[in-house]
Amino acid sequence: MLSLLLTSLPLGGEQGGGLLSAIDWARAQFALTAIYHWLFVPLTLGLGLIMSIMETKYYRTGDAFWRKTAQFWQRLFGINFAMGVATGIILEFEFGTNWSNYSWFVGDIFGAPLAIEGIVAFFMESTFVAVMYFGWEKVSRGFHLASTWLTWLGATISAWWILVANSWMQYPVGCEFNPDTMRNEMTSFADVALSPFAIDKFCHTAISSWIVGAVFVVAVSGWYLLKRREAEREMALKSIPIAAIVGLLASVLAGATGHKSAQTVAAVQPMKLAAMEALYDGGTAQGLKIVEGIEVPYALSFMATNDFNGFVPGINDILKGYTREDGTVEPSAQEKMERGRAAIAALAAYRKAKAEGADASIVNSQLSIINSNMPYFGYGFIKDEAELVPPVAVNFWAFRVMVGFGGLFILFFAVILFFDWRKKRPTPNPSREGGELLPITGEVGRGSFPAWLLWLAILLVPCAYICSESGWLVAEFGRQPWTIQDMLPVGASVSDIGSSAVATTFWLFLALFTTMLAVEINIMLKQIKRGTAPHPAPPQGGK
Amino acid sequence: MTTHESFWHKAFHLYYDGFRNMTLGRTLWLIIAIKLFVIFLVLKLFFFPDFIGQHAEKGHEPDFVAGEICKRGIEKPPMVPQGGQLNP
Repeated sequence: MLSLLLTSLPLGGEQGGGLLSAIDWARAQFALTAIYHWLFVPLTLGLGLIMSIMETKYYRTGDAFWRKTAQFWQRLFGINFAMGVATGIILEFEFGTNWSNYSWFVGDIFGAPLAIEGIVAFFMESTFVAVMYFGWEKVSRGFHLASTWLTWLGATISAWWILVANSWMQYPVGCEFNPDTMRNEMTSFADVALSPFAIDKFCHTAISSWIVGAVFVVAVSGWYLLKRREAEREMALKSIPIAAIVGLLASVLAGATGHKSAQTVAAVQPMKLAAMEALYDGGTAQGLKIVEGIEVPYALSFMATNDFNGFVPGINDILKGYTREDGTVEPSAQEKMERGRAAIAALAAYRKAKAEGADASIVNSQLSIINSNMPYFGYGFIKDEAELVPPVAVNFWAFRVMVGFGGLFILFFAVILFFDWRKKRPTPNPSREGGELLPITGEVGRGSFPAWLLWLAILLVPCAYICSESGWLVAEFGRQPWTIQDMLPVGASVSDIGSSAVATTFWLFLALFTTMLAVEINIMLKQIKRGTAPHPAPPQGGK
Repeated sequence: MTTHESFWHKAFHLYYDGFRNMTLGRTLWLIIAIKLFVIFLVLKLFFFPDFIGQHAEKGHEPDFVAGEICKRGIEKPPMVPQGGQLNP
């Protein structure tokens, strides 16, 4: 993943000197931190849902087996949760140091969702996590169940606010630029919190995270079956179908929400969609490329517009300007760059006039120029229109990896459920009342699953993470060169700092994150090997 | 009043007994503590200063940011050094 990121960066970017510039290091560092943080989030959201379902089964049946099963998955959830705590805070440090212009420029908009995330969701999670782990013998079954669901809900709400902040960068709405404070100020909280981009992004991201949790549960259960661990056999056999149902539903829904997301991207970030498809010259009735040279006819038009004959602009169309089907005209890159330059020049003139106490008419005329050209403000920083094209190869392949694995997961969970149904289906056997279970070729123990399927489940765990991270690569590489779409490019957002300072912290983070990840995997594997065996009593002789 | 005391008493013992009886949780809390120490007392203090706070006078932050942004808009260093691929 990291090598993919670095290969997309210019290794001879700083005047061909063979060194990465401060922008590159700041981008690489942010990407590294975000990718590391995102290793924990999808499993928290996915496993949180599945463990809540397990405990619901306990609440409904009163069967101690389900309590033990829920507690086991909650223990693995706890490891992942603890290892992920505070890893996202580092991103906020990077905003203040590496991305100070951006941080100031968006402060009021970005601050609100992050503050709500911190106050409401974090405290909600913390409170109910304590009840979930400490409260089995202290609170009623109903209250405990509610706490478990609220832990998951808290984590999901937390993700919502972070995705709201990210979505605003992709589609800035509900704000107005104030040239006096140099900040975007929120004009409508509802527009920011409930922007269509945020809703689509949240639905797609949260639901696709459930897939990671489902694959994880099937894989861990599969490992117990492969190892013929009798103590965990029943838990594994009963966990697999629950996880597979969640996984199948999530995979199908991720496809549906992905389709909706593609339409939003087509509307507000057409360059990202064009880069995802490596579409240079667009048109109507566009096919969706499987790989270069093989395509599904009309599918791209349908994906982008819900119409098999819909118009999809290509990279060249977007740079040259084009007319949409509704007759509205999208200006050319050159025109946007001219208007952006006018806005920046007017901003400088406005601030100079205000500082010198110039006549109000002069100040107002500059303000009028700023406001009329503000939608293209960021284009004023662009020197060459080639800078407006995101890294096409990364977008093209990351999108295919995401969709390819998404399709594979639908098939995988469907096959799991087929074998689960088949192993429970009695065959007609006239010699025995009620028949007997149909044997499955290669199954691991009677009434189990084929060994190849369980090995596949284990192999699919890293694939689920790659799939999830690929979605973020599409989202973030696809909006380059912007930190805020059309408003601020990365070059204007980054602080005026030396590349060596950022490079130092990049390598520091790489070492730190690698260590932390190794520790997490080690603890997680130990717990999985331990299985449902009780832990030794704590040293002070507590209960 | 009794109900309130009872609630706080129960809440206290939920946490007190919970923390005392932790097994795996002890390891996880230790890792969290080390992580928070590294993040806030090493990374934040020594590697991630408030850039604008260091370079702009208090109350003049907008001037500093405006200067930085307008300068880059006028001088136009390449925003994305690698540029994009204009044609396949």
